[in-house]
Amino acid sequence: MEEWKVAGALVLGLACSGAWAADPNLGRNLAAGCAGCHGTDGNSVGGTASLAGMPRDRLLARIGEFRSGAKPATIMHQISKGYSDEQLALIADYFASRKPAGGER
Amino acid sequence: MSIGRREFMQGALGLSALAALHGCAATGKGRGHVVVVGGGFGGATAAKYIALWGGGIRVTLVERNAAFVSCPISNLVLAGEKQLSDITLGYEGLAKYGVTVVQDEVTAVDADRRLVRLARGGDLAWDRLVLSPGVDFLYDDLPGLQPVAARQAILHAWKAGPQTVALRRQLEAMPDGGVFALTIPKAPYRCPPGPYERASTVAWYLKQAKPRSKVLVLDANEDIVSKKGLFMKAWADHYKGIIEYRPQSELRDVDVAGRTAVLEFDKVKADVLNVVPPHRAGDIAVNAGLKLVNQRWVDIDWLTMEATGTPGVHVIGDAIFPAPTMPKSGHMANQHAKLAAAAIVNLLSGLPPPDAPLVMNTCYSFIDNISAVHVSSVHAWDPATRLVQPVKGAGGLSPAPTEAEGRFALSWAKNIWADMLT
Repeated sequence: MEEWKVAGALVLGLACSGAWAADPNLGRNLAAGCAGCHGTDGNSVGGTASLAGMPRDRLLARIGEFRSGAKPATIMHQISKGYSDEQLALIADYFASRKPAGGER
Repeated sequence: MSIGRREFMQGALGLSALAALHGCAATGKGRGHVVVVGGGFGGATAAKYIALWGGGIRVTLVERNAAFVSCPISNLVLAGEKQLSDITLGYEGLAKYGVTVVQDEVTAVDADRRLVRLARGGDLAWDRLVLSPGVDFLYDDLPGLQPVAARQAILHAWKAGPQTVALRRQLEAMPDGGVFALTIPKAPYRCPPGPYERASTVAWYLKQAKPRSKVLVLDANEDIVSKKGLFMKAWADHYKGIIEYRPQSELRDVDVAGRTAVLEFDKVKADVLNVVPPHRAGDIAVNAGLKLVNQRWVDIDWLTMEATGTPGVHVIGDAIFPAPTMPKSGHMANQHAKLAAAAIVNLLSGLPPPDAPLVMNTCYSFIDNISAVHVSSVHAWDPATRLVQPVKGAGGLSPAPTEAEGRFALSWAKNIWADMLT
């Protein structure tokens, strides 16, 4: 049931994406909020997950597990509840589009 | 204007830098010049992200210190667990984004002529200005601390750097059985859980090195301001007989020679007296004549982070009047910086600022040398109040201190330092 709601919200999110064209940088701006812990553009320098280049669905599945409590967390279960499904979809799209820094870091 | 530019030509930056800065601000080529004042969590992040997102916007960061020293983690330096070098980072990493870093101090802001004056002489012209000045301390109501020499003896160590090292030395020199007294000003102040973290990490050090010593917390507030239950439990579990907490104990004056805190009805003598004075927005924001709330904090527009009534001047970090429940923290300043950066990049392109800002906060506090607790929150734009308001159901506290969260606290620090500076 919960999965169905999330999936429905994502479809709705995609359907509404035209409305967001007004601010094409919304995903970038929201994702920048994650960079304090997960590194600029999602390239963590250690101790947190690197999100750069992570496939969208994988990131959304992980966040969904934090929100539902399926995956235990120290802090992400609290933070993930502050974002709407639409916002999370934009964030996931943005990180998926980023290049992982890989060995450089 | 011409005098300012001539002075500037003779200044430390030299001719080529002048040509670069002048070219943008004066001719409108490229997308403009942004001057950022203050290279802490807010300013360094703003400079980097404006350059990263700005597609040709020139960015100059003016910072008076040669290197950044982090307040977060500095309480572990007091505990002897970290060194100052562990929390000190250079600004050289910003060059690859195209940020010009100028080591100087801004002494005046002219918002009408869009100039800032530099202490070493000369002016910098800007199309948009970001002020991230942090806080300055208020000694008006603490006569004993008005002489400069008094402030070298009774330390705040509430700006990390030389004072952090000096306070550590005082703690090392304190005899076993001595009293470390810490005074906390009324909220709002920089880093709400910070004083209680300091009491904890100093108590941890004393418990190891000088177990007959005491930590006396003299709090001007009614009660512990942040993470109350977590600190009270940690103190009861680990520092019973060491930490004594006294609420409603506002500092009225300091007897410097006697290392004595003067309270309303009491005088408390300490071996090491650490006074965190009341504070307000950094001097440069106050002197710029920006609109203040409660005569202390800059009133801002959350869509652009511009000071109310002073378009073109964006203010971020601890200096602003915070939105409801928003702490003055390095993490929050990093988030303010990104709101300002996104707005500035849009505005310099002739676009409206983003219309739905969202920020989040994470504050870790150590309760000893390795275990930590956190508080987190998410704050989203509310059109009705024109503020970012805490999102209901999001955020929260640690259930208990853990070493795992201690490791997360250190990785948080490394990541946010990198997000600012590299």
